[in-house]
Amino acid sequence: MRRLAPMLLAALAVMAGACEKKTQPTPSGEAGTQAAQGQSGSTVSGTPAAGSDTILLGQVGALTGGQATFGISTRNGIELALKEANAAGGVNGKKLAIRVYDNQSKPEEAAQAATRLITQDKVVLILGDVASSNSLAMAEKAQAAGVPMITPSSTNTTVTQKGDFIFRVCFIDPFQGFVMAKFAREDLKLGKVAVLQDNKSAYSIDLSDVFTRKFTEMGGKVATTESYSQGDTDYRAQLTAIKKTQPDGIYVPGYYSEVGVIARQAREVGLKVPLMGGDGWDSEKLFELGGSAISGSYFSNHYSPDNPDPRVQKFIADYKAAYGGVPDALAALGYDAARVAVEALKRAKDLSGPAVRDAIAQTKDFPGVAGTVTLDDNRNAVKSAVVLKVGDGKTQYVTTISP
Amino acid sequence: MAQLLQHLINGLAAGTIYALVALGYTMVYGVLKLINFAHGDVMMVGVYMGYATAFAIGREARGSFLGIAAVFAVAMLGCALFGFLIERFAYRPLREKPRLTALITAIGISFALSYGFQLDIGFLPGASPRAFPEIIEPKEWLIIGDRDVVVWNWQVISFLIAVGLMVALQYLVFGTRFGRAMRAVSWDHRVAALMGIPTDRVIALTFMLSSGLAAGAGLLYAIKDTSVSPLMGLYVGLKAFVAAVIGGIGHVPGAVVGALVLGLVEEFVVGYAASTWRDAVAFGFLILVLLVKPGGLFGRVAAEKV
Amino acid sequence: MESPALSIPEAPSLVPPALRGILPLVIAIPTLALFHWSLTGSDFATYLLSVVGVNIILAVSLNIVNGMTGQFSIGHAGFMAVGAYIAGYTSLQLKEVALSFLPVAASDQVLFLLALLAGGAAAAACGFLVGLPSLRLRGDYLAIVTLGFGEIIRVFVQNTDAFGRALGLSGIPQYSSPGMVFFWVFLVVLAARRLAGSSHGRSLWAIREDEVAAEAMGVDTTGYKVRAFVFSSFFAGIAGGLFAHFVPIINPGSFTFVRSMEIVVMVVLGGLGSTTGAFVAAIFLTLLPEGMRSLFGALGTEGSLAQRVDQIRMPIYGLLLVVLMLSRPQGLFGTKEIWDVLPRWLPRKRRGLA
Repeated sequence: MRRLAPMLLAALAVMAGACEKKTQPTPSGEAGTQAAQGQSGSTVSGTPAAGSDTILLGQVGALTGGQATFGISTRNGIELALKEANAAGGVNGKKLAIRVYDNQSKPEEAAQAATRLITQDKVVLILGDVASSNSLAMAEKAQAAGVPMITPSSTNTTVTQKGDFIFRVCFIDPFQGFVMAKFAREDLKLGKVAVLQDNKSAYSIDLSDVFTRKFTEMGGKVATTESYSQGDTDYRAQLTAIKKTQPDGIYVPGYYSEVGVIARQAREVGLKVPLMGGDGWDSEKLFELGGSAISGSYFSNHYSPDNPDPRVQKFIADYKAAYGGVPDALAALGYDAARVAVEALKRAKDLSGPAVRDAIAQTKDFPGVAGTVTLDDNRNAVKSAVVLKVGDGKTQYVTTISP
Repeated sequence: MAQLLQHLINGLAAGTIYALVALGYTMVYGVLKLINFAHGDVMMVGVYMGYATAFAIGREARGSFLGIAAVFAVAMLGCALFGFLIERFAYRPLREKPRLTALITAIGISFALSYGFQLDIGFLPGASPRAFPEIIEPKEWLIIGDRDVVVWNWQVISFLIAVGLMVALQYLVFGTRFGRAMRAVSWDHRVAALMGIPTDRVIALTFMLSSGLAAGAGLLYAIKDTSVSPLMGLYVGLKAFVAAVIGGIGHVPGAVVGALVLGLVEEFVVGYAASTWRDAVAFGFLILVLLVKPGGLFGRVAAEKV
Repeated sequence: MESPALSIPEAPSLVPPALRGILPLVIAIPTLALFHWSLTGSDFATYLLSVVGVNIILAVSLNIVNGMTGQFSIGHAGFMAVGAYIAGYTSLQLKEVALSFLPVAASDQVLFLLALLAGGAAAAACGFLVGLPSLRLRGDYLAIVTLGFGEIIRVFVQNTDAFGRALGLSGIPQYSSPGMVFFWVFLVVLAARRLAGSSHGRSLWAIREDEVAAEAMGVDTTGYKVRAFVFSSFFAGIAGGLFAHFVPIINPGSFTFVRSMEIVVMVVLGGLGSTTGAFVAAIFLTLLPEGMRSLFGALGTEGSLAQRVDQIRMPIYGLLLVVLMLSRPQGLFGTKEIWDVLPRWLPRKRRGLA
């Protein structure tokens, strides 16, 4: 009897919990827009920033942990864009400020930081993270609160599907996988390719899946798929196994932090075929880590640093002056995301969530450094990709592939 | 066949380095019964010391024998000093306290080091991985067939250094007065103190020895895999810890065998089974070993004192 | 070593015996309802309190194994992952289902509870599997088995398409509320307290103090150890399930070895064996990084160094752990509990509330 009583009460408690929940609206998906609008209206009217002469933006990124190097690049790019915007007079006379929180490369920390930005700091807009799982966590919170969010470099398709407040300025995984498959099959005329993916990164797995599917559709053959984990430094076992299949090329859709070392070890075990990859490769560090071994490899990217466009060259020069190094793709995308945000804030009729959202959604032919940004109905950027060849300490433009 | 040989060489190369790190775990565990979770991070600090030295002496000098010796000496001595400081200020005050207490300070130090080195303030290197300078210029040492199997000069040199360090350690532990004192402390440090052994000094020296070894191991690791990053200690440390347990933690030759076994198991899982399951298989293997031999391969399950 | 503080058989209390079993619930439920109601509308407090609650459940449940039984488990994140993924997966599958005889919100909560229990049960089953080796293993070897288990779970999830691989499971319905989380906090604390005072708990203490002696006294050490494991992992699974229902996404990166260590830190910092200690340490360590954020924020946000303060939090956190352990090696509470300490401060004994 004594045991039964607590159980009974447990059931009661659930009922109590259930009854309470009814008071909360459940803003999710399209149906939630109205509720979100109502909520965000009150949020923004309460913000001190609305009255003062600064507009506060928020960024959540991995500043510590395994992906810290990507988060820090993004932060630098954003910081640079805002500095320029402020030097040019800010937004309608108001200065821009940003608050950056660390998510330790973990989704629960990302959600916590996003919630803090939305409810405590009352930011007008959030700039998202690199890793798609972290951006997904933030997107859910931003969408529920009706605060627009732009992710600079989360390429997983599901991120912007979280709702109409979520945007991105990069292309999505299926496109990038297709680009490399097409280039490998049609330009390099490769027949048999091996894939080496990073099993800890959704980005890498997505690219690898799409590449495999497209490459096979185009008549090629994927000999084997091996994998490693972000943070590994010894890939000889995988590469030796790949060597056995005698491929014509190896697709390594990972990040530069690992790819450079992979290239060295591939040459060491005697694999001389070209390596191919995605925008995760784009960093000055690639040359440092890969040395001469990485030369002759190809990767798809958002832009080419060779691009004579003065805007691109100015960005590269400014970035070098501020942070001492050529910006990587993540910095360029962070820069673009921040500039898209600033432009939208200028156009928005007020600083409420829906107004800013609508302004961002209208972004069309925006001249970013990492390609021209036009947002489609799914709030994804439609842009073409370039394929770059890695040379000695620099990259070389090869071709452009459009969607 | 050629592939098998290549995997064997790769596995041994990884295993010898795990072994050096595992020895540090096992020695400290032997004298203090403490799992020194900061050990991997101390190794990371040592690698960065070596990295800084290699740049300080310049490109020409670092290829020479003296240059290599300097890099190793600075890193190993610097790390020994660092290990001494950690022991003195973070572990010694807790010596007579419950065992888990010192474990928490070890975790604290591990966090402070691995996150601290991700900062880019002052001398701290920042989160991005860096290429370790090639202090040994890579050359093929042995080629079998049409480059079916390649053994590199640095693999041989690493192997020799590692084996040399292990032999020296074995001599130190089993052939010197200090080693005898160390074994006495490991057996029972209170009784050892009664016998006139300066336990504090022995423990401090053990820490210095293990940290110095870790730095050496870390450098070999960095030469092998050509990169350094603030989180490297976490990954290598965990593997080495597992290796030490497979061999029977506290058992010096056991750590070496455990590490070689672990290196080979990992290599063959990736080479012949699915690379995605590498870590699961490594740990599954570990659990299997412990189920059959509860004290590790060489450790004895100590008879309980009643 | 201090002797564990066991609760002394109580003096005749004012509460009639029939009520004593349910009294804590009678008090707790209205309190929780009030608590829940007061939080409506403040999202950040809701989120933070949910995280705190989950960490309390994890710490208090791990304390049963590490503190009371004296075993050494460093794979708690693995059990949490099992709970999170099973509960999250169940909820995702049942997303469109509603019990027709209940209003939607109520039916959601019932399904949520079912999912939680499924997660808890799965974790408990894993706890049984991991507990079995403790038949033969002692001390640090057992620790390694738990660590290995945690890593195996992580690799398994990472390679399973149904669990979203590296991206994780997203879109799990957000059913959780601080009320629900703290209901479970309450349950785990109540369970831990009841356990500590029961004959079962005394056997656990005996195993902790001296396993051989305990066995000689007729304690079925293996049975008790395995049961402690199952019990502890059940609650870890529940904590994982709750976690999955308020963080909108679960991902293998949230359940690493480092996470397990964080829970161990909470238990040791609080004082091994002290439920109160685990409780307080979990609150303290969860709010500490967020507090540092507020502190740094207050110092100014617009400078270039201020932009980097978020990176400095973690090294400081590590150093603080060292300082805390050095200044209070027995943990915040030693093996004492709040209900052992409190009567000394209060003029009159009030012992109705657990």
